[in-house]
Amino acid sequence: MWFFVLKRAASTLPVMLVVALVVFLMLRLTPGDPAVVIAGDQATAEQIARIRATLGLDLPLHVQFLTWMGQILKGDLGVSIFSNLPVTTLIGQRLEPTLVLTATTIVFSVLVAVPLGVLAAWKAGGWVDRLVMVFSVVGFSFPVFVLGYLLIYKFSLDLKWLPTQGYRSPFTDFQGFLRTITLPTITLGAIYVALVTRITRASVLEVLGEDYIRTARAKGQNERKVLFRHALKNAAVPIATVIGIGVALLIGGAVVTETVFNIPGLGRLVVDAILRRDYPVIQGLILVFSFTYILINMLIDVAYTVLDPRIRY
Amino acid sequence: MSAADTVPAPRRTGALAAFVLRRPFAAVAALILIAIVAAAVLAPWLGTVDPRKLNVLPRMRPPSETAWFGSDQFGRDLYTRVVYGARVSLIVGFTVALLSVSIGLFIGLVSGYLRRLDAVVMRIMDGLMSIPGILLAIGLVAVSGASMKTVIIAITIPEIPRVVRLVRAVVLSVREEPYVEAAISVGTRLPLILVRHILPNCIPPLIVQATYVAASAMLTEALLSFLGAGTPPEIPSWGNMMAEGRIFFPIAPWIVLIPGCALALTILSVNVLGDGLRDRLDPKIAKRM
Repeated sequence: MWFFVLKRAASTLPVMLVVALVVFLMLRLTPGDPAVVIAGDQATAEQIARIRATLGLDLPLHVQFLTWMGQILKGDLGVSIFSNLPVTTLIGQRLEPTLVLTATTIVFSVLVAVPLGVLAAWKAGGWVDRLVMVFSVVGFSFPVFVLGYLLIYKFSLDLKWLPTQGYRSPFTDFQGFLRTITLPTITLGAIYVALVTRITRASVLEVLGEDYIRTARAKGQNERKVLFRHALKNAAVPIATVIGIGVALLIGGAVVTETVFNIPGLGRLVVDAILRRDYPVIQGLILVFSFTYILINMLIDVAYTVLDPRIRY
Repeated sequence: MSAADTVPAPRRTGALAAFVLRRPFAAVAALILIAIVAAAVLAPWLGTVDPRKLNVLPRMRPPSETAWFGSDQFGRDLYTRVVYGARVSLIVGFTVALLSVSIGLFIGLVSGYLRRLDAVVMRIMDGLMSIPGILLAIGLVAVSGASMKTVIIAITIPEIPRVVRLVRAVVLSVREEPYVEAAISVGTRLPLILVRHILPNCIPPLIVQATYVAASAMLTEALLSFLGAGTPPEIPSWGNMMAEGRIFFPIAPWIVLIPGCALALTILSVNVLGDGLRDRLDPKIAKRM
């Protein structure tokens, strides 16, 4: 088994290299002088020269790439133009809210979506199923930020149940944390719930037609155990895959959700960096988010070999 | 541009009636889209005023009988701006769908057929797909400055790999078919094989994919504008309206909610229409979803 794990881990390297190359070339291949673009309209020649020097834009392309890769491998993502702090430091400061929000969203979504999908598959064609399908189409199309504002409008401004914005750390103020995290979690989770429900329904539906399900029912196994022990367990692989793929949606969604709810996480760091034209920060965050996504999907693939002994790479 | 472009031309009126009866949701979605397209095209004649006209007195007025959607923080008529905003979304959605489908079709056809090229191209596509689309677009806009053109390019690039994968999958399954083998054996040249035998198989799934790309592009444009990395602020796009109204949300929520609902309705209609087309044009994929 370790061989497969190693092989899968090695397969992420070329993908990461391509990601790094794309991120690197993005700035260099854009028409016009990137230093001028980054510096902005009111920049002096001095500022432009400083940016060119800090980003190493005056060196030959392959030298730039190799030095840049070397720095990344050492864990150096560059220095923010705006605050002069290392990008890794900035990321460290903003990591907690984003990690917490993503974690609550994944837990919430899986707890809602998997039972819902199983239920829809069990009574396929029934009213629960139809409702679930309509919800999954709507949930998939509804823009994250629009949903966020609708929730704030209803639950914060109208009913005044929850605060409109902000973030409290679960480690210092747990009650405040629960109150502030609820709406962002539902907002960010909607699209994810839609996705996971749809896949759970489809893969459980497929498994329910198998012989061993008939056998289980024939021997008088109760229906709940048939659904959750026999069917769901065998339908787990596509569900786990989509949970991994959905992380990409979560990353994009987190940037927006944090802006709507004013949560000081990595998403806000991106938005602040856009407004300040702080390119090294944007670049560093794209790399961190992409690598996280690649690693999560690798871990899920590896988890299959543990979950499902039939799978071998 | 119109929704009619993406609807399969009915051979008889009977085919259209059958589509409406069998897929009522898709038919309603198509109607809503036609209405939105009509509103965008006819914007100047729909009781609108100048979308950029500032007005000092009636700022942040809630929706009323005279001003249907109220006014924003600068006293601009929100109804006018929402109607004009449809233009931005539709242009972005249509252009990105057209661009990414044509570029993706070309790359997919060529790389699906030339094995040596395939490995390299697919690794690049894997890499591009690993970067969350919205972040890739943010990065591209950040380096090239905000303009309508850069926004469209920045949204197109993350959409291309999905099209390439789809086309490549079709090519790989079709190239082993007997009629392709026959064409090769009588000495048909590669470009002709691709165009005459492989391309027609790609069209139905691509039409479906194009609708999804259009929906996703409209969403990304709005997100980029909302985050301040999108369409230049002077252009009335739904994302820009929401971004500007954001800080006034507690006192004037309609400035954010109305363009937001317009966006949600448009995207939902395009996606539902896409689902309807998928069931009709691509039953194999429909079964698996």
